[in-house]
Amino acid sequence: MGDREEEEEGRRRVVFVTVGTTRFDALVSAVDSENVRKVLAAKGYTHLLIQLGRGSYLPTKSDGDDGSLAVDYFTFSSSIADYLRSASLVISHAGSGSIFETLRLCKPLVVVVNEDLMDNHQSELAEELAERKHLYYARPQNLYQTLADMDLNTLLPYSPGDATPVAKHINRFLGFPDD
Amino acid sequence: MDKGNGCSFSAVTSTAIISSVIFVITLILVRVLFVIYCSSRPMSRRAQKPVSTLIILGSGGHTAEMLDLLAVLQKDRFYPRFYIAAATDNMSLQKAELLENSLAAEKGTPITNAGKFMKIYRSREVGQSYITSIWTTLVAMVHALWLMIKIRPEVILCNGPGTCIPICAIAFVFKVLGIRWSSIFYVESIARVRRLSLSGLLLYKLRIADQLFVQWPRLQQQYPRAIYVGRLM
Repeated sequence: MGDREEEEEGRRRVVFVTVGTTRFDALVSAVDSENVRKVLAAKGYTHLLIQLGRGSYLPTKSDGDDGSLAVDYFTFSSSIADYLRSASLVISHAGSGSIFETLRLCKPLVVVVNEDLMDNHQSELAEELAERKHLYYARPQNLYQTLADMDLNTLLPYSPGDATPVAKHINRFLGFPDD
Repeated sequence: MDKGNGCSFSAVTSTAIISSVIFVITLILVRVLFVIYCSSRPMSRRAQKPVSTLIILGSGGHTAEMLDLLAVLQKDRFYPRFYIAAATDNMSLQKAELLENSLAAEKGTPITNAGKFMKIYRSREVGQSYITSIWTTLVAMVHALWLMIKIRPEVILCNGPGTCIPICAIAFVFKVLGIRWSSIFYVESIARVRRLSLSGLLLYKLRIADQLFVQWPRLQQQYPRAIYVGRLM
């Protein structure tokens, strides 16, 4: 890589948006809106990459040559782990898989809840983790405000969970000796 | 005179029949209460040998959490292992198979001995009409019964998908009838913070699960018989 390309790679700060296997046009169109793109660029992000899932709303691609955000999208990937790893900010739907995959990688996360879903128990998890300051929580309508006001330095890292307490209970219940 | 005797004989018979029915129903009720009582307490004897284990897998997040739990269970205690996933769920069984194959590779045992994998018909697909759901639920129950008769596990692990309800219900009936005593362990999903899922609620209220685990403290306050175990993920 030439010097200029390396410099660009170093300054590259990607916002990765994911909706998992769902369809969440409200989030994609909110992210694609002019003021969200402006506030992300103002905060120093250079690229916006959107995973569309089963959504039908197509954002406007952009090269970002004029100093604005470079925008690109795709529908699905067998694993989004690499995209998460190379992101500087993740905006995700409220699926627990996406949430924990992102938190495990210690990436700043904004979770957006899909209010069109019938049984929205997903919002419980996002709200609880937001209360514990592990992520920011927004609805598509207030995504711009959340992004404008957020201070990622106030987020606390999420310590990974532990399945051994459950295993201990099960073993004791069945009469197996403690290790 | 004969007519009089005939009437009193059939009166005695119908009383006898009614009394027998009431007697049998009472026996069953007492047995059910006894099973529920025993299920809530730990096994009285120390475990002497491995327990056959049925693991019910659900889509996506459910499977990930179940695999996290399996990672910390002693494989030589929970053996042999049977996995059931919904017929339309392709990923879950594959993931479990990967886990079992890597375990077998570690120990050098033949892969054919690693866990057994089965698919079960779903009671209802998302969005399916309720009329056709009646039929598919019946088919699912019969299929569950067939699988349970074959497996008769001593331990059942499940964490939420609807597929676990017919199986746990049948396991409970097997307990009552003395066909097989299964200890049923249910881990509510990490996504359930304030309310139990429908599966969790059913297994809790009907006292079908021997132990029901929750990952957030608020649930334990709401459901005192649940056991709070912190986050698995």
